Order: sequence, then structure tokens, then C-alpha cells
Amino acid sequence: MTAKLAERPAGADLVRSGIRAQAANSSFAFVVRAAAVSVFVILVLIVVTMTREAWPAFWHSGLGFVTGTDWSPSADLYGALPFVYGTMVSSLMALVLALPVSIGIALFINEYAPRRLRAPGVYLVDLLAAIPSVVYGLWGVLVLGPFLLPYVQKVADTIGTWPVFSAVFGGPVGLKSMFLAALILTIMIVPIITSITREVFDTVPADQKAAAVALGATRWEMVRGAVFPHSRNGMVAAVLLGLGRAMGETIAVALVIGSTAQITTRIFAPADSMAAVIANTFGESSGVNRAALIGLGVVLFAMTIVVNMAGQFVARRSGRKGAGT
Amino acid sequence: MSVETPTRPAAAPLPTYDATDLVGARLSAPRRYKNRVATACVWASVILALAPLALVIVLVVKNGLDAMGVEFFTGNIPSTRSAATGMGPAIVGTLIVTAAATVMAVPLGVLAAIYLSEYGRDGKVAATVRFLAGVMTGVPSIVMGLFVYTIWVLNFGQSAFAGALALACLMLPVVIRSGEEMLRLVPDDLRNASLALGTRKSRMIRTVVVPSALPGLTSGSLLAVARAAGETAPLLFTIGAIQTFNPNLFAGTNTVLPIQIYNGALSPFEGAHTRAWGAALALIAIVLVFTFAARLVTARLSTDRHR
Repeated sequence: MTAKLAERPAGADLVRSGIRAQAANSSFAFVVRAAAVSVFVILVLIVVTMTREAWPAFWHSGLGFVTGTDWSPSADLYGALPFVYGTMVSSLMALVLALPVSIGIALFINEYAPRRLRAPGVYLVDLLAAIPSVVYGLWGVLVLGPFLLPYVQKVADTIGTWPVFSAVFGGPVGLKSMFLAALILTIMIVPIITSITREVFDTVPADQKAAAVALGATRWEMVRGAVFPHSRNGMVAAVLLGLGRAMGETIAVALVIGSTAQITTRIFAPADSMAAVIANTFGESSGVNRAALIGLGVVLFAMTIVVNMAGQFVARRSGRKGAGT
Repeated sequence: MSVETPTRPAAAPLPTYDATDLVGARLSAPRRYKNRVATACVWASVILALAPLALVIVLVVKNGLDAMGVEFFTGNIPSTRSAATGMGPAIVGTLIVTAAATVMAVPLGVLAAIYLSEYGRDGKVAATVRFLAGVMTGVPSIVMGLFVYTIWVLNFGQSAFAGALALACLMLPVVIRSGEEMLRLVPDDLRNASLALGTRKSRMIRTVVVPSALPGLTSGSLLAVARAAGETAPLLFTIGAIQTFNPNLFAGTNTVLPIQIYNGALSPFEGAHTRAWGAALALIAIVLVFTFAARLVTARLSTDRHR
């Protein structure tokens, strides 16, 4: 009833139902509707204009654009698979590292922290998200990378020489590497995963938690028995949205991944990602090369959209309204 | 994080005193250790996340202050080999580009949020727009840069305005989502009371709904601005490069702090590194000012509520 009243259209205007007032009313409605539809227009424009500009490269390489493994502008070869591989592997590694930490922080803020520490906890996660990515990149390439290098070298010299492990941890070791990129990405996606999981944990009914404790559960048993089962969908959504964020992250990765288009399982070797190669080489590119880089943007756009839509879908099903910002 | 702790095999099961479990006095060893390990892991993850934050901030402040001086704010940006510290053009550029992006994205976003919360509500159009705004939030920032390059720069060339367009595209969905959330917090009673007095709906929205939601709308927009101010990728190909001041929004190439940090990090020269740290400090300061402002507005909002 109340909602109906609020939704009554222009007819509700009892005092000044003159034609001008009516016009003002309906033109306002038109303006806000147009503003809302602008989102749709922008997304369509992104797809149309970028595909058009990338067309020469798609035409040049055909399906080989996404399956080819050689990217060599000087030889007119545009196979984007090494970049797709680099994007996926660095993002997945970051996800594996970030997920436990994020869940830990979310649990800390919601369940473990003394009451006084809760607000500062939320605040610090926001602060982590507020640091611009290029600053993390700067720190990664000038400070963290050089600091980790000797330890990474040690790992490569020991574990990296064992039979099976050498495929992953083997040398030669680079200052800039897939590993460093994954580490920096981890720091950058922890805030988003934390804030979504925390929101999800917030929806667990207090009754259920109280019931678990009343049955004699320890705090951890309460978390495992009441909090986690209730939050499974939401955690999947957090993972997907975090993955989408990691895949699109550009500048920090561009600074630390090493800009080498190769497909290797060795995480200490330099690699490259789609976003990073666009950022690093677009400036000096021209012709088909430039079209190919825009084409990479189209592929990256498509991949992140799929991951994000899946995340949105799961988030909606888990009954949450917002899905991260 | 499933923490399966290696515990020693439980000896003879303890006699169970149900009630005492509540105070933890007689928990069986595996349960007690699992609980302790879980607690330790939770604390460890907080420390793991805090360490990089603290390290980054301390280093940025320490190294950044070395570059700060009068010259940092007023001088032109020197060549990459130079040890001079000028960063003025980038500071001005950041402010211009961010302001222009805000002027474009915030009004449009708030209007769209008004549509979602006051007109579309649970309709199909609104649901679609909401979904697309979510999708748009996930568009990588570099893709927004390429988009503006293809649609604007190819036709009109690089300028601060092109960069602002890209940032506005990134801000728009954030403003829409937070805006709708804030507008929805306005009680329906206020709307009904206003309508019952015979107000037109558009006027009701302008004089009742938006003013009540204003602190929330402001704080959401400020956070979007803070996020946009730190973006690098969308600006790489849209604003170009320049080492001198260019206060003109529409003409000529420009530069911003994030791009200077990026260039400094790529450069092998000490002077460029120092300038990059200085630029990082200035950028973080700008971002944090907006973030704190948003917090202040939110804090005022909540005290107003409890009054």
C-alpha cells in the first residue's frame, strides 16, 4: 500500500497539475531514465568500437589470435596465448594466496576481534584498497623484488633441483617474475575478497551461531558448523569477483611481471599478461600491432565479463544486493 | 582455510562433562588444539595483510619526503636522468583530470541511481541496468583506456579531457551502486508525506529524497573519486605525455601523478626513483584526503541519525 502510493506517477500532483508542471515531471522522469540507460550505451559502445578497431588483427590472424603461441610484432605474428596464460596463472596464484588470508581477516573482524578492534579492522582493509595500484607496483619493483631475490634464489637452488619440483620452482631466477606479479596481485585483491566475504558472514543468523555455541562448540567449530555452510555461495561469488579484479589489474603487474611472452610452468621466470602487454607496448605500436593490442583488450574484456557475470549471478543467488565495488 | 591440524592421537576419550565444555575447561585435546590453531591462523592472516600496508606506507613517506620541497610542487618535470625533483605539472594534471571526471560521472551516476530507486524499482529495466552496472564495475581499467582511445583519441587527439572520460566511465557504475543504496535508505514515509501534500514526483525527489540522502550520496561519490584519482591504466594512452604545466582541459597533452610513478618505476635512474616516491606520497595524500572526507561525511550522517 505504502509502496504503491510512492510509485504513483504524475497524476499524484494535486496542487499544480498545469501542463508545465506535468511537462517538468515527465521530462525529469525521462532524464533519469536516460541516465540509467547510459550504462547500457557505454557497454555497447565498448564492444562495438573496440571490435571495429581490432578487426584488422582478428582478420590477420584468424582463430590463431587466441590459440597461437608466438607474439612477435616484428614478424607480424600475433598469437595471444602466452598472455592469456600469464593472466590466468598469475590471477589464479594470487587467488590461492589471497583467499585464506581474506577469509581469515573477515573472520577476525566479524568473529574473533575484540569489539574495540572491529572498526579499525574494517578501516585498515579500506586503506589497503585505497593505496593506488601503481604504488604497489613501484614498491614491488624497487623494494619487494630485490628483497625477495636471494630467498627465491635459495628456493630455486634447493627445491628447484628436485625431480618434479624443478618444473615449477626451477631456475633461472629473475628479479621480475610471474611469482612477484602474483604476490603483488594478492595484496591488491585481498581487500575486495575480504569485504565481500565479510558481508556474507554478516548474513549468518545470530541464532545459528548462538545455537552452535550453546551445544558446546568451540569458536572454530562454530565457524565451521554455522558460518561456513551458510556462506558457501557468497564465498564462491567473492572468489569469482576477486578473480575478475586480478585478471584486469594492469599497472602493478606491468611493472613486475617481466614482459616476456612465454608459456612456462616455472613461476620464477618472467612472463607477461594481457593487460600488462597492452600497457607496456601500446605506446610504440602502430598498424596491425596496435589493432592486435586492442584485440587483446577485447579478449580481456570478454574474459573478465564472463567471470564477473558468473560472480554477480552467484552473489544474487546468495541473496546479497551489492557485489563489491 | 581448512586447518587440519596434526594432533597427537587422542588418548582414552575424556569423560564428557557437557556443561564444562562451555567454559572450555575439559575440551578434548584435538578440539582444543584445532581451535587454538584456527585462532592463530586468523590473527596471522591479519598480520600478513597489515605487513605490506605498513611497509608500503612507511617507505612511501620516508622516501617521498626526500623529494618534497618547494621545487617538487612548482618545478617542471625534468628529464629522466636528472636529479631535480619537479612534479608540479603532474599534480595539476591529476587535479584537473579527476575534477573533470567527477563533474561528468557524479551527476550522471546520481541521476541513474534516482531512476533505479525512485522510478525503475523492481522493474525489468531497472534490474537490467543494475546488472549492467555490476558488469561495468568489473571492466578492467586498461580496457576503459583502450575504449576511450578508440572512440575519442582517434578522432580528437589526446588531452586531459580524454583521460577524464576514461576515469568517468570507471567511476560511473560505482556512483550508481552506492547512490541507489543511499537513496533506498530514505524512508518511504517521507515520500508519501510529500506526495500527500500534492507535490509532483520530480519535485518530491528534488526537495525531499535527494536532500535526505545527500550525505550518503556525497560520501559514495568521494570514494569513487578517491579510487579514480589513483588510476593509471586508463590514462596511459589518453592524456599523452608532457613535462610542463598545461592547465587546459581540452587542448594539448597532459600528465598525472600515477603515470609519473609508472615512468619512474620503469626508469633505471636514481633521480627518477626519488621523484616516483615523491609522486607516490603526493598521490596517496590526495587519495586519502578524499577517503577521509568520505568518512567524515558518513560519520556526520550516522550521528544525525541517532539524534
